[in-house]
Amino acid sequence: MKSFEVTGKKDTRSGFGAGLLELGKNNADVVAMCADLTGSLTMHHFEKEFPNRFFQAGIAEANMMGVAAGMALAGKIPFTGTFANFSTGRVYDQIRQSIAYSGANVKICASHAGLTLGEDGATHQILEDIGLMKMLPGMTVINPCDYNQTKQATIAIAEHKGPVYLRFGRPKWPVFIPEDAQFEIGKALMLSPGTDVSIFATGHMVWKAIEAGIELEKMGISAEVINIHTIKPLDEKAIIESVSKTGCAVSAEEHQMNGGLGDSIAQVLGKNLPSPLEMVAVKDSFGESGTPDELLVKYGLDTPNIIEAAKKAIARKSN
Amino acid sequence: MSSVSELPVIARQVRRDILRMVHAVNSGHPGGSLGCADYLTSLYFEYMKHDPNNFTGHGKGQDVFVMSNGHISPVFYSVLARSGYFEISELSTFRKINTRLQGHPTTHEGLPGVRVATGSLGQGMSVATGFALEKKLDNDPSTVWVLTGDGELQEGQVWEAVMFAAHNKVDNMIVAVDFNQQQIDGSTGEVMGITELKSKFLAFGWEVLEMDGNNYDSIHEVVPQAQAKLGGGKPIIIIMKTEMGQGVDFMMGTHAWHGKAPNDEQLAEALRQLPETPYGDY
Repeated sequence: MKSFEVTGKKDTRSGFGAGLLELGKNNADVVAMCADLTGSLTMHHFEKEFPNRFFQAGIAEANMMGVAAGMALAGKIPFTGTFANFSTGRVYDQIRQSIAYSGANVKICASHAGLTLGEDGATHQILEDIGLMKMLPGMTVINPCDYNQTKQATIAIAEHKGPVYLRFGRPKWPVFIPEDAQFEIGKALMLSPGTDVSIFATGHMVWKAIEAGIELEKMGISAEVINIHTIKPLDEKAIIESVSKTGCAVSAEEHQMNGGLGDSIAQVLGKNLPSPLEMVAVKDSFGESGTPDELLVKYGLDTPNIIEAAKKAIARKSN
Repeated sequence: MSSVSELPVIARQVRRDILRMVHAVNSGHPGGSLGCADYLTSLYFEYMKHDPNNFTGHGKGQDVFVMSNGHISPVFYSVLARSGYFEISELSTFRKINTRLQGHPTTHEGLPGVRVATGSLGQGMSVATGFALEKKLDNDPSTVWVLTGDGELQEGQVWEAVMFAAHNKVDNMIVAVDFNQQQIDGSTGEVMGITELKSKFLAFGWEVLEMDGNNYDSIHEVVPQAQAKLGGGKPIIIIMKTEMGQGVDFMMGTHAWHGKAPNDEQLAEALRQLPETPYGDY
């Protein structure tokens, strides 16, 4: 396994806030809207610097999506901010009709995704958002893995024409992607090449996958760890190439198994290269209150779960 | 574009288009379309500042119209075609396979004149508010016009938009609510009362005007009054009383023709009541 230099721990939402601030300085068309969670989304930096281009929507997410659609159709590049639950499930039809079907260039930026928002519990822990968003025609779905990648993704999506769902989170998480890395939408990021099993991870689970790769190496297993930051459009070529070499795969995500990254990978492998695939994801369940670490352990999304999944996938290879 | 006296004649031709379009595919929504024919004809042929030959999705430098009650697409399509956005003959493709004139309006098929998809109700006012804010950011003095149904006001998102527009002083937008007091399941009073509309909008901080949307004297009196209030710090709404099915006696005074097409005999009778105009059928 390659070794990674961890430069500290930071929340991915702050990467979004930093990226948005930079966009504000460099792109006059970028506007931002937030539904009463400016501090939580770290959008207050943008609000302070560019008050004329920031719109407080209040606790009214449906209208926020509609207003953002209108501004986008009129030529601006709106970034909406609220929690992942209120960014997707609560406003699905607004996104479907006014944004996706209308081809509105809105960037739907969603914090507190997955289990790791912690103590607020299941009402706020949406685990279905990737599935909801990837089903919409023309929607790009991105789930970056650390502070730097979230900042880079935020900046990159402003250049992309079309609606985007950008998903990030609340906990402080290891930062290991270089500050100057290039973010390319739709391009899988090879983190560490290997030969025995491909581990495809997204979001916070990427760091867990790296930890699993290090442990697997100690057991004599060579894992290839790949960061799938863009779930749609999925880098099918990278997935097929990797599994052609390793013969089996593991997916890891902070999301329901139904409709998530693993589900998309299963489609690719089923159509192109039937191979053993083990999915580390939430198994048809709601979350609950607890610390992020406790929750990842209880719901089977921890490093040992990825290690077990890798061993199981390898054992299933026909030999 | 046309002299004011021509508007009722154009609207009569629009009504003929509506009836023939829904009859041809035995589907669509004639009732509300007929009720709004006079207002939409007045907007597109008299009040809106727009250039049908140079349509852009973003609408910069032009007035923008958003029809939130997308089901009355027949009147929208007819007025767009008659004002020059696309060939009048294309009205014959309404709701047919591969058409740009989808059951509900959409940008998806690239039909000139449509800037956002509508049909799932309650979303248009939010989108229009976005257009209006963008025009303010760009110092574009054009107006954003919105048409919404009255039954549609039962959607919660509408009131989010109403609150937002007042809070943000969106005073470059004129909304008309098609106050025909009918919806699919019956009268609005029976289905879900939307009483005291004027008081409601006043309480939300809007400028409120009232108009008879099937009376040209009233339209020509009230629309300029609404325009005079532009820039006054408040969003503007016209509570526009209309008659669903206006112009065809057996379609008026009932919700029955909200979403039902006339049969051959009914079409013939309806067209007899609305004689063909010099503009000609499509």
